[in-house]
Amino acid sequence: MTDSKYFTTTKKGEIFELKAELNSDKKEKKKEAVKKVIASMTVGKDVSALFPDVVNCMQTDNLELKKLVYLYLMNYAKSQPDMAIMAVNTFVKDCEDPNPLIRALAVRTMGCIRVDKITEYLCEPLRKCLKDEDPYVRKTAAVCVAKLHDINAQLVEDQGFLDTLKDLISDSNPMVVANAVAALSEIAESHPNSNLLDLNPQTINKLLTALNECTEWGQIFILDCLANYTPRDDRESQSICERVTPRLSHANSAVVLSAVKVLMKFMEMLPKDLDYYGTLLKKLAPPLVTLLSAEPELQYVALRNINLIVQKRPEILKHEMKVFFVKYNDPIYVKLEKLDIMIRLASQANIAQVLAELKEYATEVDVDFVRKAVRAIGRCAIKVEQSAERCVSTLLDLIQTKVNYVVQEAIVVIKDIFRKYPNKYESVIATLCENLDSLDEPEARAAMIWIVGEYAERIDNADELLESFLEGFHDESTQVQLQLLTAIVKLFLKKPTETQELVQQVLSLATQDSDNPDLRDRGYIYWRLLSTDPVAAKEVVLAEKPLISEETDLIEPTLLEELICHIGTLASVYHKPPSAFVEGSRGVQHRRIPPRAGSVESAESPEVGQSGSSEAPPAVIPSQGDLLGDLLNLDLAPPTATVPSVQPSMQMGAMDLLGGGLDSLLGGDIGGSPSMGAGLGAAPTVMPAALGGAPAVGGGLGDLFDLGGGVGMPTGFYVVPKTLWLPAMKAKGLEISGTFARRGGIIQMDMSLTNKAMSVMTDFAIQFNRNSFGMAPAGPLQVLTPLSPNQTIDVSLPLSTNGPVMKMEPLNNLQVAVKNNIDVFYFSCQFPLSLLFVEDGKMERQVFLATWKDIPNDNEAQFQIKDVHLNSDAASNKLQGSNIFTIAKRTVEGQDMLYQSIKLTNSIWVLAEMRVQTGNPNYTLSIKCRAPEVCQFVYQCYEMVLKN
Amino acid sequence: MIHSLFLINNGGDLFLEKHWKSVISRSVCDYFFEAREKAVEPDNVPPVIRTPHHYLINIYREKIFFVSVIQTEVPPLFVIEFLHRIAETFQDYFGECSETIIKDNVVIVYELLEEMLDNGFPLATESNILKELIRPPTILRSMVNTITGSSNVGETLPTGQLSTIPWRRAGVKYTNNEAYFDVVEEIDAILDKSGTTVFAEIQGVIDACVKMSGMPDLTLSFMNPRLLDDVSFHPCVRYKRWESERVISFIPPDGNFQLMSYHISAQNLVAIPVYVKQNISFFETGSSGRLDITVGPKQTMGKTVECLVVTVHMPKVVLSANLNATQGTYNYDPVTKILLWDIGKLNPQKLPNLKGSLSLQSGAPKPEENPSLNIDLKIQQLAISGLKVNRLDMYGEKYKPFKGVKYVTKAGKFQVRT
Repeated sequence: MTDSKYFTTTKKGEIFELKAELNSDKKEKKKEAVKKVIASMTVGKDVSALFPDVVNCMQTDNLELKKLVYLYLMNYAKSQPDMAIMAVNTFVKDCEDPNPLIRALAVRTMGCIRVDKITEYLCEPLRKCLKDEDPYVRKTAAVCVAKLHDINAQLVEDQGFLDTLKDLISDSNPMVVANAVAALSEIAESHPNSNLLDLNPQTINKLLTALNECTEWGQIFILDCLANYTPRDDRESQSICERVTPRLSHANSAVVLSAVKVLMKFMEMLPKDLDYYGTLLKKLAPPLVTLLSAEPELQYVALRNINLIVQKRPEILKHEMKVFFVKYNDPIYVKLEKLDIMIRLASQANIAQVLAELKEYATEVDVDFVRKAVRAIGRCAIKVEQSAERCVSTLLDLIQTKVNYVVQEAIVVIKDIFRKYPNKYESVIATLCENLDSLDEPEARAAMIWIVGEYAERIDNADELLESFLEGFHDESTQVQLQLLTAIVKLFLKKPTETQELVQQVLSLATQDSDNPDLRDRGYIYWRLLSTDPVAAKEVVLAEKPLISEETDLIEPTLLEELICHIGTLASVYHKPPSAFVEGSRGVQHRRIPPRAGSVESAESPEVGQSGSSEAPPAVIPSQGDLLGDLLNLDLAPPTATVPSVQPSMQMGAMDLLGGGLDSLLGGDIGGSPSMGAGLGAAPTVMPAALGGAPAVGGGLGDLFDLGGGVGMPTGFYVVPKTLWLPAMKAKGLEISGTFARRGGIIQMDMSLTNKAMSVMTDFAIQFNRNSFGMAPAGPLQVLTPLSPNQTIDVSLPLSTNGPVMKMEPLNNLQVAVKNNIDVFYFSCQFPLSLLFVEDGKMERQVFLATWKDIPNDNEAQFQIKDVHLNSDAASNKLQGSNIFTIAKRTVEGQDMLYQSIKLTNSIWVLAEMRVQTGNPNYTLSIKCRAPEVCQFVYQCYEMVLKN
Repeated sequence: MIHSLFLINNGGDLFLEKHWKSVISRSVCDYFFEAREKAVEPDNVPPVIRTPHHYLINIYREKIFFVSVIQTEVPPLFVIEFLHRIAETFQDYFGECSETIIKDNVVIVYELLEEMLDNGFPLATESNILKELIRPPTILRSMVNTITGSSNVGETLPTGQLSTIPWRRAGVKYTNNEAYFDVVEEIDAILDKSGTTVFAEIQGVIDACVKMSGMPDLTLSFMNPRLLDDVSFHPCVRYKRWESERVISFIPPDGNFQLMSYHISAQNLVAIPVYVKQNISFFETGSSGRLDITVGPKQTMGKTVECLVVTVHMPKVVLSANLNATQGTYNYDPVTKILLWDIGKLNPQKLPNLKGSLSLQSGAPKPEENPSLNIDLKIQQLAISGLKVNRLDMYGEKYKPFKGVKYVTKAGKFQVRT
């Protein structure tokens, strides 16, 4: 007797048959019929036509039948909302049933029926169930609130269910607590700014107590919730850690990983010299190793997370290299992850072991894996200098195998080794050249060509070799073509006499016969260089290259930190910040590791200090893939400034300032907020301005004296004069001009609304599109009186930066919609980035130094600020008014170097070095930031502030 | 949380779907099929697949893909653990977890899934609670049900559901009270060509079968608990006692369960019970090769090695094998390229040997990769780590239970490189 009988059909038509059976008098027959319906439903057949018949079976004492009908209802109620109402009465009755199982079942099912009319009836029974005497009902009701919130969030808030849910966190039953936490967490995710999970020491204590007694799944919810808490001090942090540690021995790996997350985060707060800190570090290793003996899917997620942990705290797993050795029957996705971690853990102590393993992998069957193993050998060579020689000889052994793809990968990595250790291993070039013919992949060909070009003087037949590549020039990929062009030019510069013909050939191929603009451009540049100034050409093309760094693929420290706070989540699997996920990002806030307790802070700065002080890589080349692009840069662009084009918004501002803009500036600002210093930009010495700026700066005043010789008051935030944003023509008579200001730490949008139409305007409202920095109105647009014709009103709208984020082009673009009684109008405007410079943007000197070193040189941008007639102190004062803080000043050969830091509202740090030469009105500004796209806009702010 | 679940068989047929929130079209599985195709081998399908609007988290068990759909940020391990739990529950209920058996019991499966998850939150996953809510099918019960019309759904709230020991129901009664423990150890090892250990570790579990009346409180102690540096316990085990006294103190669930698992890592000395002398070589010319494998005992602690099986994954170009085994039988499958040599019991006096020639596809070049050997074996009455149970004490009940401990050692992922 199996359920497969439910799938058999008869000739008369299944639905017809079922209908008859559902309406049968016999209970047993009814039940069988409902089972058949369910069976059809599970395989995706449409049985919605039977809705009334199935619902009729709902009124029954038989629990199994009732459950089956409920199952059906949940699936089809949405398609038949009117019919679903028929079920409401039974639900409401069941919620009063003496049997808690039935009460819970009813409230649970009602929550799953996503029909508005039903949800209305749900509120009363749900309220009762949330306070039910039976914990089983309460815990079911808690989840039901989350369901209801998903269907109708407003209703849940209006009915006060959220508060009841919060009360359940203090419930006496741990299972109820766990479900309440789970429900609240889910609701909070769609409510970014709500303070739903208001964690304080009391609630934390309750959660920790419930943690010991609830189910494994409940433990996961509670641990994930704990991870969001920031302890007040190291003592609290330690006590939470102590109570979480036993979870590391749980059989459920998700519990273990969530516990690891809490510990990794809170550990940051513990002083490093504490005994407990060391104990905790030791305790973390075994559970992580155990995760690797679970099912492969679990291993995969664990490995992705271990990859993060190893980057953050290599000491935890440094002795566990062997557990990452690859077993031949591991799935490929596990193999690749293990390999990655092996390289991260490789050190001088274990390199011999690692190399032996990698060599073994290079003879495996799976091609992808073999390739990655060969690459790994190269990465080891670059990472552990002492092993380089051994790595090279291993690679040579592998080349001897003549296995095509192994040889190609080996050549690609040997090129990197050459770049890391120049003039050391060139003896192997001869061996490489032997394999020239077998190279058929572009990357390997390009690598080989690079080697030939770079060492042309040591390879006797370099010209022949390159010429052989040139034969099929047009069939090569762009990568190879570019490389070949550069290599031949190098060869020519080294051996000009024999290769003149060759270089002419390649230049004409690149410039005349190619459609590729990159190739043509590079060809022309070389051509011109060679024809005008061969000496300069030599300097450019054969310039000394910066060394490539040890770790080419480390995750950026700020991102790593954020990911550590998200261990165990999807973000940690993809190694991307949660905000990068479109769907799931609604409510994710950036999480940061709390700073360490005071005792050690001075010695080592919490965030950047570790990575910065231990090893400051000389230069970083982002990734292997970009290498070619970099080579191009190396060849062509010595670090001179690229002068950026000024953004249109800037020009607008400047123009307006000249023509009558001052009046509107004064008028506008007085209207908006009379207390604030209006013409700050125009009159920097006005006292109110200084007052306006000073409190916001916080410790700024003290710092000023620190600088030595800081004369005068810091000026306030420079406000750009109002510009016309929305012309009356486009908006049925409504004209809007406006500007942005930052006053006392609050961002404000000052607008003048003018009614140029004939009728009165009322009901103003404003909304922003998503934008790069999450700016959003912090309150409604306050236009209290109707705007009569020809009247102008000034409003000041406070803005927050917690809104939804979406990258805009340009970065500082803001799209605004304004509504009135006539219509909705759209316009876009650009705000000065200085709006987002926060008041606590002054970095510690040590941190500044470390961070500066830490940010790759590629992220540095240089700008010229022309015609500024200020000395360096005055300039730094002026900048401070806009929250650009000077941290240190150095004078070298009559040149003042100002080191400055800026912090944006989204916690991005921008570091700058400004060079001011006495008597020279042109400043040189170098800006470094982990998000290089902001540099341009920061520069604009400098220009704007200094020139006004 | 978990939004929907799709069950897909090895052939790519979607044979069951269940939604816990709104219904998600099964077309979302197209992304899975794409990944499935790319992976070639079913084992290699990545566990987390990103689609424009959802994430698909899947596991592959018993030739079935369990594909779950999630929409918000959810810990993937939580989902994967849960999917495995579903598979285990099916195993527990129906004795196996296969497409046929799921289809045969589709209504119970549906009821179970509904009971295990509510709105994507786990509801009841403990086997004994589920069994009180939905009785597992037995031939007898389904007969009785059809005759009497009674149902297989429990009508009362399961007792364990809300107590602080949710894993045990109240009022358990047995005429014979018994507690059996199986200490099972698996050796995961990689040996290199010369027989030296590259890596070795022991994965141990203690499976228990406890059938005792009332609420017995058990304490299990070991002769040498220091061996265990890394343990994971069933939720019933009191962690504090383990921390302070190194004993396992617990109120057991009723029936079969895994009490604990442990892991003895590569740092400790892991005994390797057998050695393998092998020589597999291919000739440059003549499209042939030679194979010679001998297995012998190494550290067996005086016990007999049983169920010895050697598996060799041959390179693709190997067409057939002409071998001679001194003991056991061998079989070469030219389709999967797997050579299987079933030896049976290992006799230390007369070592088993497999020797002969391999013929290769004519004209094909000499294979590039080295085949690797996999060893399977079993040793009864031995825990290779040396772990020994000292005694089992019971408190809280008056009767005297039968007690027993069994040890067995097996090969896990035991690989010999050539």
